Amino acid sequence: MTVGFAFDAGLAVLVLGVAVWTIAARAAFAAVVGFVTFGLLLALVWVRLAAVDVALTEAAIGSGVTGAVLIGAAARLRPTEAASAAERPGAAMRLAAGALSVLVALALAALVLFPPDPAPTLAPQAALHLAALDVGNPVTAVLLAYRAVDTLLEKVVLLLALLGVWSLAPDRFWGGAAVPAVRPDSGGALVFLARVLPPVGIVVGVYILWVGAIAPGGAFQGGAILAAMWILSMMTGLTGAPEIGRLPLRLLLVAGPAAFLLVGLAGFAVADGFLSYPAAIAKSLIIAIEAALTLSIAVILGLLVAGPPSREPRHRDAGHRPAGHGEAGR
Amino acid sequence: MSALGNFAGGFVTVVAVTAGAFFFLAGTAGLLRFPDPLTRLHALTKADNLGLGLIVLGLLPRATGWLDGLKLIAVWLLAQLVGATVTQIIARVARRDGGTA
Repeated sequence: MTVGFAFDAGLAVLVLGVAVWTIAARAAFAAVVGFVTFGLLLALVWVRLAAVDVALTEAAIGSGVTGAVLIGAAARLRPTEAASAAERPGAAMRLAAGALSVLVALALAALVLFPPDPAPTLAPQAALHLAALDVGNPVTAVLLAYRAVDTLLEKVVLLLALLGVWSLAPDRFWGGAAVPAVRPDSGGALVFLARVLPPVGIVVGVYILWVGAIAPGGAFQGGAILAAMWILSMMTGLTGAPEIGRLPLRLLLVAGPAAFLLVGLAGFAVADGFLSYPAAIAKSLIIAIEAALTLSIAVILGLLVAGPPSREPRHRDAGHRPAGHGEAGR
Repeated sequence: MSALGNFAGGFVTVVAVTAGAFFFLAGTAGLLRFPDPLTRLHALTKADNLGLGLIVLGLLPRATGWLDGLKLIAVWLLAQLVGATVTQIIARVARRDGGTA
């Protein structure tokens, strides 16, 4: 018990220290490295709190994919970094920001230090109906059955985020592909890793998705691992980023939310309403939705890291003018 | 017999995990004390390979099944692969920057 307490105390000090260091870091790249470290330590904190599902997501999304996006952003912003670092907000602004931060910290501390007694919990209800769903992992049951609407909307938000990134592209690149900023030399160690790791990573990603029904894991974590393999492959130039105008890609992007929505609507006909599953096939439906979601999440995350298109589409307007396409074929 | 097996397993765990922790400690000391990037990387790879390897070895007797043991070994192999790759990349950048600066 005391060893556990010492470990937790050390972990807490370390997390706070890295957080302060990340905020204080002057260079954007250093701050990103601090942020990624912070995320990995936070994943350890979630493990200590017995929330392994959250830990996996934090490590994969909060630290991994977000870290990759931030490193890309830091690299893009490097030319203007000195100028923006020289700007200092006025005293009133800094005072207001400080006051807001203190207020939020105090409110959070009050919630954690003085919880209502007994603390509100839905855990017994969540555990009560697990058998009816035939799903062993209560987190998966909450995400895909009890609070399925939240999860559905979350995936739609992910799509909106991708649209936001794409909308940064100049008009002439619309429908084109993102070009990696730096391409490592073809004989390098990273290329070797990009060739060796994906077969392993794909198996692990699918395993994490599959095991999510009974143990920590699921669509988001599995999708993030699949996305990481794709990102590695795109970074090293082994595969190019796809052109965002292509129909198969668009279909993949919406496959997860669309499958979720279809099953949800079917609930009106065969069960008790929107997003309610017939008890006999609840588990199969949940795993089918998760599989479709995993594909979409992997593609969305990969494209988020790839960034906005920076090259003109190869076949401009090919999709809009099928007649012209036919002539070319003759 | 089973008690003896338990004792042997526990002995392996204590010795191997302690040795692994020592390599992590030594690797961290090297990271903090060594003079240039290449030697610091050298110290870190010892923590990654030997340190993690010994800890995995020490945990193997405590695995609840052969599948768990395989997962532990897979973690070690993956960490080796990724560690070696990242070390190569950092070392290359360090040598390039050291050459020009």
